[in-house]
Amino acid sequence: MTRDRRLAWINGLLLPLFNVLTAFLATAVVFLFIGVDPIKATKILIYGALGYDEGLGYTLYYATNFVFTGLAVAVAFHAGLFNIGGEGQAYVGGLGIALVALYINPALSAWILIPLAISGGLLFGALWAIIPAYLQAYRGSHIVITTIMFNFLASALMVYMLVHVLREVGQMSPESRNFPEVVWLPFVHDVFAGFGYNIAKSPLNLSILVALFFSLLVWFFLWHTRWGFAIRATGKSNDAAIYSGINPKKIIVVTMCISGALAGLVGVNELIGVQHRLFLNFNYGYGFGGIAVALMGRNHPVGILIAALLFGILYQGGAELDFELQNVSRDIVVVMQGLVILFCGGLEYLYRPLLIRFLAPIET
Amino acid sequence: MNDLLLNLILTLDASFRVCIPLIFASMAGLFAERSGVVDIGLEGKLLMSAFIAASAASVFGSPWIGLIAGMFASCVFAMIHGFASITYKGNQIVSGVAINILASGLTMILTLAWFKKGGITPTLQSDERFLSITLPGVDIIDHIPLIGVIYRELISGHNILVYLAFAIVPLVWWVVYRTRFGLRLRAVGENPKAVDTAGLSVEGLRYKALLIGGILCGIGGAYIAIAHNAQFTKEMTAGQGFIALAALIFGKWHPYKVLAACFLFGFLDALALRLQGVVLPVIGEVPVQLIEAIPYLLTVILLAGFIGKAIPPKASAQPYIKEL
Amino acid sequence: MKNSHIAIELIDVDKHFGAVHANDKVNLSVKTGTIHGIVGENGAGKSTLMSILYGFYQADSGQIKVFDQDFISTNSRQSIEAGIGMVHQHFMLVENFTVLENVILGSEGGALITESLEKARIELTRLAKEYGLEVELDVAVEELSVGMQQRVEILKGLYKGAKVLILDEPTGVLTPQESDELFRIFEALKKQGVTIILITHKLREIMSITDYVSVMRAGKMVAHRQTSETNPEELAELMIGRKVLLNIVRTEAKSGDPLLIASNLEIHNEQGIKRVSEVSFEARSGEILGIAGVTGNGQGTLLKALAGILPLSKGSIEILGETISPKKSLNPQELRNLGVAHVPEDRQRMGLISDFSASESALLGYQNDKEINQGVWLKRSLVKANCESIMEAFDVRPTNPDLKSSNFSGGNQQKLILAREFERNPQVLIIGQPTRGIDIGAIEFIRKRIIEMRDAGKAIILISVELEEIMSISDRIIVMCDGEITGTVDAANADEATLGMMMANALPSDKQITEAQL
Repeated sequence: MTRDRRLAWINGLLLPLFNVLTAFLATAVVFLFIGVDPIKATKILIYGALGYDEGLGYTLYYATNFVFTGLAVAVAFHAGLFNIGGEGQAYVGGLGIALVALYINPALSAWILIPLAISGGLLFGALWAIIPAYLQAYRGSHIVITTIMFNFLASALMVYMLVHVLREVGQMSPESRNFPEVVWLPFVHDVFAGFGYNIAKSPLNLSILVALFFSLLVWFFLWHTRWGFAIRATGKSNDAAIYSGINPKKIIVVTMCISGALAGLVGVNELIGVQHRLFLNFNYGYGFGGIAVALMGRNHPVGILIAALLFGILYQGGAELDFELQNVSRDIVVVMQGLVILFCGGLEYLYRPLLIRFLAPIET
Repeated sequence: MNDLLLNLILTLDASFRVCIPLIFASMAGLFAERSGVVDIGLEGKLLMSAFIAASAASVFGSPWIGLIAGMFASCVFAMIHGFASITYKGNQIVSGVAINILASGLTMILTLAWFKKGGITPTLQSDERFLSITLPGVDIIDHIPLIGVIYRELISGHNILVYLAFAIVPLVWWVVYRTRFGLRLRAVGENPKAVDTAGLSVEGLRYKALLIGGILCGIGGAYIAIAHNAQFTKEMTAGQGFIALAALIFGKWHPYKVLAACFLFGFLDALALRLQGVVLPVIGEVPVQLIEAIPYLLTVILLAGFIGKAIPPKASAQPYIKEL
Repeated sequence: MKNSHIAIELIDVDKHFGAVHANDKVNLSVKTGTIHGIVGENGAGKSTLMSILYGFYQADSGQIKVFDQDFISTNSRQSIEAGIGMVHQHFMLVENFTVLENVILGSEGGALITESLEKARIELTRLAKEYGLEVELDVAVEELSVGMQQRVEILKGLYKGAKVLILDEPTGVLTPQESDELFRIFEALKKQGVTIILITHKLREIMSITDYVSVMRAGKMVAHRQTSETNPEELAELMIGRKVLLNIVRTEAKSGDPLLIASNLEIHNEQGIKRVSEVSFEARSGEILGIAGVTGNGQGTLLKALAGILPLSKGSIEILGETISPKKSLNPQELRNLGVAHVPEDRQRMGLISDFSASESALLGYQNDKEINQGVWLKRSLVKANCESIMEAFDVRPTNPDLKSSNFSGGNQQKLILAREFERNPQVLIIGQPTRGIDIGAIEFIRKRIIEMRDAGKAIILISVELEEIMSISDRIIVMCDGEITGTVDAANADEATLGMMMANALPSDKQITEAQL
């Protein structure tokens, strides 16, 4: 194999693999530190995620959210932007979905209403990203800080909406009324039942198809259209982009809107797929998880699908751990996310000198 | 004593207390940024330090041990950030975000593992916290109109970390502009190659800057948990690490201007709290959520540059790669 | 001992950078108190060798002696202590520090700097007077001219006690007259016993001021000569390894209609500073118009405006039937559609994207072409085929469109960019620094192709800081200094001395008018 091919294997597969393994090892250390046997924990985790039908359903349901937010972060990364606002964009995207579901005439067919709801998610997610995007492009305000601020603002906005605007009169908890059934996305177990197969009930619903569709769309867009080319060129070199007739400022705004729109799709799973109403914090943690997924998946849809699945496993496995073990809560998954981001992002090149020395040395 | 004036003084008093973590965090950020390293992880360091300080203070029964423990924890995280960004030349913002998320998760896991209560540490007794100090002469000056009140409410009656914060700012200024270390620090943030060819270690200077930042964040976090409050609660830093960053940019990386920015944020925060539940003419009652949103809104407005352009140190956010 | 006869001795110094053998068992001996030149092409290893001496890099093997003492340098500090100073090609100055602060950085002499600054001020004033290096100490470096900044660099070295001063391509940023001034300073230093090592690729400089010269080629030290006993032809042959034609033979230009007319251009750069004022010229079909000038006199800004990257503040450009003015600008895309091609000055930051494959880099600027897009679909097979064909046309090696752009040599990268721009059959070509940092074989190839385009009736505007390049292929030459045109000459009548005066804006005004009438 030529040295170039070897380097491609190292950079594309081995390096991320080693990084992820290190993150796992570090988690094992954390387990040990709090007095839990990491092997036992891993067994419980894998069993909880993949060992039985219902668990598998949950795993895939969680993974769906990570696909959306992972794609969102990845698209922004390709333009050289770090979108940390996924939490807020997902949250407000949900508002868009809810508004369609609650206020558009429910007499219309599901074939119209569901795409409309999805569009509502896309639109509102994009809207929540456009101000930080504009400020970065045209006023030089650091997008990392503005998107973090917008996460906090989303929280405040959504609490206000749910407590004062969308809450049913006389209801105690801050949530909207139920969406009309016509706008619900069918559960997978219901679809299977329709064909005569009985599988365990879980929140897994057809939004997973939406996720797969958008993965394909993003792949095609980034590598097989001239706009995707423009985005990737801008991300690599601002100067080369200008030289090529691309307007980097426009690209920044457009890319962030796409990114926000993708994040806004989390509600397609959580709201019209599972809970069928709008409620507080349905987005919690998926925005930041998207960062880990994008980094682990190296900003490519195929990698993102794999990474999203992995995080789905971790989430569901984490729930099982929380259930089985007394001194572990679901927050262990947050620790894992942080470690993945650290090793796949900040310490990305940790193993590269070693791998190159042993596997692709320079012939002298 | 006219009511409005008293209210103003009390609000200012509250502002002092509220802006303290901002001061420590922004000074920490100042050292990092001046050396050319972006530190998004201020929030995570504050949080981790708050947790460790509260835990140590509870377990060992002393606020001073809590303070030192908090400083240590913050430094550990600072060194992780340094290792990733300086030695391994990784993306500085990504490693900062990693620190924040790690801190979030670890604090929750450890509260459960150590104290069996998810998300909070045991409430601290009075002798396990830093308490208000009454400055000498309060009683004597008290009956002087105006000055007496100001002295009693505004100047006296803060805990020691508050006084420390205000003392630290001139110290930071002196270090950055009057010492050899400060000259080298500013140089390495503008042109690290110039520093390298002058025979100095770029990495060493940056690590030192991050270490100082770690210590400062440690004090800030300890303040939040064991001085301002009496325990650690989930996510108690509530974005102050990010607001500190905004203050740093707003203050154009200059110690005294940054202090003014911190105070401005603190004042607005304290003001917002006072307005809670108050029915204003015309507007009516201001929704709680809007009041909570004010610091974040203000940060965005500031960053949008309506208050002048901010030019960071030239080498900011770029790992130093040795090549001609 | 600083009285020894040999200041610097390098014995079998060897250095690899990955697969590149930058220094191959190099031997060098520099006599104290002499001016010793090191020549070689770009990439020959000169800068690397001197950087090892200065402690910036470490040699893999070999021995170094400084004033007869064994010397090992793991960082610049040790080199400075041994009395070695270096003035780099790109200055190592902190722009917003004052001259004084820049000089004491690293040699502050104490933890508090107020005292150190005062001590330094006294010492620097003395040094400056002694060597004729006067410069204002309290001004921020970014406000000084390039020549003055260079003085600061030299002062820095002397302040730290340099007995050996290495200068890397110092005249690249100076006019011929400023270079002469620099050489006078060298003579003053030499009188005081300072040893000077001069790295350059300019044979004229070697011949005029060095006592000895060493030649490097492809990492090896190939020859040492006493300057008085050699000549430029011999040195050039040693540098290249074969006989070199220092001038390209070409036919007379058959110039036709003006395809680009620039009138009274005033242009501000990205920072809003006026860099070009009252510039007017014509580019005619079948002619190469060379724009000469020292780096930083507005040519780069002019180039960007011609390419549609910067807007005009005043004036107009008539080009191929369209008019660009402050009110109406054309972006790079529109200019390309008109038939204007742009080869940028900075090939690695603007002309290519290092991480992109060659076929994607070959697409830059042409990604919206109808031929390769089918509706929304950008057909990669067509993109690749296009890349292959232009690579063949311009002998770009290796002919692999999937290879990352950064893996091509400088010469091949530049050929790829030229192929991309030339193969579109443009009418007007705007070319910046086409042969910077490229091996001689590629230089000959590229210059031949530019002349071919001229002979095919294209209008070519060529901007280069290498006077030799301008003089060898231009048909007409205009010279810029401080953002204005200071002279226009026919290439046939051009001589270096006059051009040099124009580059420094030092011509008496009546002579300027005479030249412009040619």
